[in-house]
Parts: sequence; structure tokens; C-alpha cells
Amino acid sequence: MIVVRDVAKRFTLHNQGGAVLEVMAGASLRVGPGECVGLVGASGAGKSTLMRMIWGNYRIDAGSIRVAGVELAGAEPRQVIALRRATLGHVSQFLRVVPRVPALDVVAEPLLALGIDEDSARAQAAALLSRLNIPERLWPLSPTTFSGGEQQRVNIARGFVHPWPVLLLDEPTASLDAANREVVLSLIEEARGRGAAILGIFHDEGARARVCTRLVDVSGFAVAA
Amino acid sequence: MKDYNFAYLDEATKRMIRRAILKAVAVPGYQVPFASREMPMPYGWGTGGVQVTAACLTPEDRLKVIDQGADDTTNAVSIRKFFQRTAGIDVTERTHEATIIQTRHRIPEAPLTEGQILVYQVPIPEPLRFLEPRETETRRMHALEEYGLMHVKLYEDIARNGEIATAYAYPVKVQGRYVMDPSPIPKFDNPKLSDCAALQLFGAGREQRIYALPPHTQVVSLDFDDHPFVAAKAPHACDLCGDAASYLDEVITDDAGGRMFVCSDTDHCATRRASGHAGRLGGSEGAAA
Amino acid sequence: MTGAHPLLSVRDLTRSYGTRRGCADIAFDLWPGEVMGIVGESGSGKSTLLGCLAGHLVPDAGRVVFDTRAEGPRDVLAMAEPERRMLARTDWAFVHQNPRDGLRMGVSAGGNVGERLMAVGARHYGQIRSQALDWLGRVEIAADRIDDKPRQFSGGMQQRLQIARNLVTGPRLVFMDEPTGGLDVSVQARLLDLLRGLVRQMGLSAVIVTHDLAVVRLLADRLMVMKDGLVVEQGLTDQVLDDPQHPYTQLLVSSVLQA
Repeated sequence: MIVVRDVAKRFTLHNQGGAVLEVMAGASLRVGPGECVGLVGASGAGKSTLMRMIWGNYRIDAGSIRVAGVELAGAEPRQVIALRRATLGHVSQFLRVVPRVPALDVVAEPLLALGIDEDSARAQAAALLSRLNIPERLWPLSPTTFSGGEQQRVNIARGFVHPWPVLLLDEPTASLDAANREVVLSLIEEARGRGAAILGIFHDEGARARVCTRLVDVSGFAVAA
Repeated sequence: MKDYNFAYLDEATKRMIRRAILKAVAVPGYQVPFASREMPMPYGWGTGGVQVTAACLTPEDRLKVIDQGADDTTNAVSIRKFFQRTAGIDVTERTHEATIIQTRHRIPEAPLTEGQILVYQVPIPEPLRFLEPRETETRRMHALEEYGLMHVKLYEDIARNGEIATAYAYPVKVQGRYVMDPSPIPKFDNPKLSDCAALQLFGAGREQRIYALPPHTQVVSLDFDDHPFVAAKAPHACDLCGDAASYLDEVITDDAGGRMFVCSDTDHCATRRASGHAGRLGGSEGAAA
Repeated sequence: MTGAHPLLSVRDLTRSYGTRRGCADIAFDLWPGEVMGIVGESGSGKSTLLGCLAGHLVPDAGRVVFDTRAEGPRDVLAMAEPERRMLARTDWAFVHQNPRDGLRMGVSAGGNVGERLMAVGARHYGQIRSQALDWLGRVEIAADRIDDKPRQFSGGMQQRLQIARNLVTGPRLVFMDEPTGGLDVSVQARLLDLLRGLVRQMGLSAVIVTHDLAVVRLLADRLMVMKDGLVVEQGLTDQVLDDPQHPYTQLLVSSVLQA
């Protein structure tokens, strides 16, 4: 479902004397249905950079990334948007939402975008928020007022509310207590069980050992500075 | 009289105004700009109507002038005298005898006939003016037939008053094309605009516009399906002539709340009384002048 | 959401003010359901471009092809004025930065919303009023304010009323010029949420001009960056903001104060 082939990435910092940073070259990997691949490597090795290129918010300077058959290098914005709507899910470390939108609606939004009616979208969102132990009294409030751990769980709920066939997970268990970590890990296992192709960054070694079917070390893709 | 141009205006001006009138007749309801002249009376006293009348008058014409239906108010008397002096024409107070009738704010009750000309004095010719102040924009709206705004005004009326409260200067659509301000006649008179046998001319002196309804033009008052146009009048009969169907003025008669309703069309009322009709207060006391 | 044609297809659009360049050689396709942001500093040509697209300004050159309901793709610039104005009040909408430019301040809220309906021939007061009420509800204006004039409304309410007035005829393309500019931050958030919901529910396409990068991140699928009348970079919104390529875009993104 994810096929990365010979991908390179550089940053040109025009406002810092035009410095060019070559950060990645020759990156290749594949993730098939039902697999959960963990990216490993030292900090700064390029795990996040690779994830962002697959998500589409970093440009691919060379090589090819295909997600569910869609080539992302040079893709039209609308192709990427359609892919994200129905096929490619993402749990990032940061929650970006319009302030004042209730947590319940933040979670339900991906379903509404797919044309699911509001009642059943909200019901699915509510079920997931309960499972992630977000108290019901918080649902009508904007998550911008929540604690870090609560925000992270809202973000996870949003990332799992639709059964996306491909999932990108960036530190999904960071800042969670044991009980909630357990819920998230079982969500990942369930996704894998239904055949999702999952690519993730897990600093939590126990989590990595439990959900990942395979690890890929990105250090080999890094360009020596 | 030979020392002057007939009917006050110089011949070049008359030709200019007649051209504007012909254009207005050719495009019913369309406001034709014209080079309005200074008249020996203030704006608001009928300078537009006077110029149109002057341009139409011939020595054989017989002129009637009414103000709010009456022949004997200051404005009507002044204009009538003005044309007696400057054109030497005959005047009359009888609607059916007149060949040209200049009017402010009324249409006579008696049906007009072919060959007659009714000249309206118009203060503000642009029906869209109070909704859209830019003349450039209102002209474009007329050109493109964008009249949604006119219904916004009627909508506002109903929202505020529960009914279309516009009682005078009620907007009309002419021959399915131009929306027109019929001058501040009561909406009671609106039905008389349509299919009228006489030529109707509208002159706005300060605003420099002339427009027209040729005989037998179709004129429809704007309305909503669920709030249809109603030609309203006071629910009384004339206290002098007893007519229940004519448009009435309310006259306060004392400080104790006494009042009477009388026909605003003085000629109509006098004619009826002369032929023996009488109202609540009898036919004698307000005998016609 | 993807039709056979782009909803709006712009090519070589150029407009000068004498010798000064307003915008030049603008080209893009906007697809049904897409929201495109245009960012740039004051004088970058973004408002000129929006004006040319919406028919408020006549471009010197170029084509603006709109996929009309009746006849498919048509060059808007080649249309007769009545046709273009009809399009502008049925299938298009324009939300001004200043509600005073987009509302009739002397006409009630209901009359403001109803105007477009009456302009396309609605002649039943009761139906116009119930549609106005429905739309006031959708933009979160209380029903009992229907007969109040916009000058009695707060800035945020005026802006929501302007949106209702524009969307009542079910347009497919909305132009917005700094729709949240001049509003308090909390009011902005409410408006943004409302716009997102309407865009999704109605399948609207939109072109939004703003200088607020946070607004485009939340509203726009795609982003076009303008400088000196030219497009210097365009693409997926988060790609342009997270991985800017052009020196000017990098400067723009790095200059944003993080809240």
C-alpha cells in the first residue's frame, strides 16, 4: 500500500545565504496490508521527514512514493486531498483545529467530509472518545483548552474514526498513561487486523515491540553532513 | 403675445423637450434625460411638469391644472395663470373639456379619453433611488432589468407593517419591461395608469428626466403572490356628493375631533352634486366655485 | 466531488494599472469542492486578481472559464454583461472584507438575505421569509433579529449575515476577500468554523484572499503565494506552508508569530 522508491530530500534555505541541506537520499521501503512498520534511527535521521513526504506536506525532490497506487511525487493537490479523505489516515503529534469547535465535532469531521450523516458521525466519534477515556463533559468543549494528554487522545480518536486503509502514526503513545496507552495499542492492533497498512514512529520500545511486524532503520537513507 | 415665444419656452428648448418626449413615448417607462431649464418658480413646484406642458401646448389647447385633485389650490391656480399669460390659451376645470391636464399627485376620477394628455409633476423619477443611491448603478439595473431590489422595498414594508404600506408613489412595471415611479399619486390611482386612453407624460425638472406611458400601455403594480396589490382608499363615502368609490381627502372641521371626508377630485365632486347627488352633509354647503 | 471539468479555469490573466503591474500571467484550475487560498502582502496583486476573477475588474488579457450549469465551460470575460451579472448573483458569491460593502445597511437582515431570491424571481413573501429564517439559523443569527438592520449587529454578525445573503441562492463558487479580517480572534474562529461547515455541506468551491496564514491552513486545500503581481509558488496548503520552496514563501512562513 505504501511504496517508497529511491527518494531524496533537500532543503534550500534561501534566507540563510541559500544554504542547501541534503537530508535524505535513496530511501526505499514498502508497507503491505496488515503490516505495521516502525521507523527507527537516531534523532535527526529523517524519520519525520520521510513520514511527511508520505503524508504529502513535504515535497519529494527525487524518487517515487506511491500510496494505494497514487504517485505523490508531483501530485495535484486535489489528488492528495482525495487520498487523505478516503485512504490515508494520519495521527500527528500536534492537534490543529479551529478554536471553539467541540472535541466531538473535531473527531467526527473526517466522517462528515466523507459524506456520512451527522448523527452517525457523532455517534462513532462519541464511542471512540469514550473508549479513549475522554470524559463526556469535555466533548462539547474545544480541545484547545485540554491538557496535552487529552489533546493527544482527541487527535488519536480523529485518526482512527474512519477505517483508513493506510495509516501514518507519529508517536501515538507519547504522553499517555498506561491505561490509555493500552487502548491506543489495541486500536493499532485492530487496524492491522482489518488489513490496514501502518507506518509509524514509536519511541516507546515496548509499544514498538508489541504492534510492529517489522522495523526499518532510516539511518541508511541519511546523507552524511 | 407676438413679442414672446408661445408658452414661455424658446423654440429651441421646446424642440429639445419634444425630442425627449418622443423618445420617452417610444420607450415606455424609460427615463429620458433632458436639459431642464430654470423656470420662474422653485423646484418642487412643478418645474418639470410645466416644461412638458409648455412643450405640448398649442394655441387651440384647453388646459386644466390640478394639485392633489383640486383646481383651486395655490399651485394649480398659479400654473394655470402662468399659461394663460404666456400662451393665452383657454383654461377649464372640467376634466372632459381639457385637452391637456397638468397634475400633481392625482389622476382625475373621470376616465380620460383619446386625444387628451395628462402631464405629471414628478419630484423623484428614480424608483430605485432610496435603495441604491448611485445613479450609475440604478441606470445599469434598469438597462439589465435587475429589479430584485424593488421587491426588497416591498418586503421591508410587509416585514415592518404586516402589509405593503407604500400608499403613494407605488412602483409599477411598464409593458413588462421598465420599473417606473408613477409620481406621488395615491396607489388608489395606480389601476388608472394601465390601458389609459390618454397619453401620460411625466416631467421631473430638478432631476432632468422625462418619461411616458403611450395610450393603452399595460402597467402592473408590483406585489407578492401572497400580498397582492390593493388600491386602497378611506372606507367612507364623500360627505358632499355621496360617492363611495372616489378618492377622499380627510378634512378636520373643528378642535373637537370633527372631520369630514370629501372627494379629492373637486371637478368630479362638483359634477356629481350638480346632477343631484348628495352625501352625509348634503350637496349645498360646499358648492363648487 | 470531482467533475469532468474544473469549475474555474484561469489562463494568462493579466491586469495592469498604467505601467504598474496589478497581476500577470495567472493560471490555475479550481475543481469542484476545492478551496484555494491566495496569500501575499499588501500590493502583491491578490485583490486585483480576485477582482478580475469575480468580474469587478476588467483584465487586460486572459481567460476565466467557468463551468456553467446550463452550457458547460464558458469564458466569463466574453459573456454579455447581463449574463455575467446573472451568474454573479446565482452561481457565484462574493464575501467582502468589510460587511458594509456587501450588505445593504438600511435594509433588514431578512431583506438582505431575501434580495438574491427576489432578484431571480421569487414573488412569495412567506416563502422568501422562511428561507431567510432558515439561513439566519444556519449562520447562527437568532430568528428574532430578522427585522433588525445590520447596523445594529456586531461585526461578526454582520459578516455572518453577509455570508447568508450570498449563499441563499446555492452558489457553487464563492470569492472571499479577507473574510475574517478586522474581527476579534474569538469571532474569527467562529466564522472559520461556520465557513468550513458550509463549504463541506454545500460542496462549495472557494477562492479566499487573505494575508493570514493560520486562516488558510484551516480553510484552504490549496495555496497560491503572490508577490509583485506574480504567483511565486502554489500547491497543497500544508506543503507550501511546511516545506516552502520559494525564497519569498520561506520568508513569509518564517515571519509568522507563533501563538
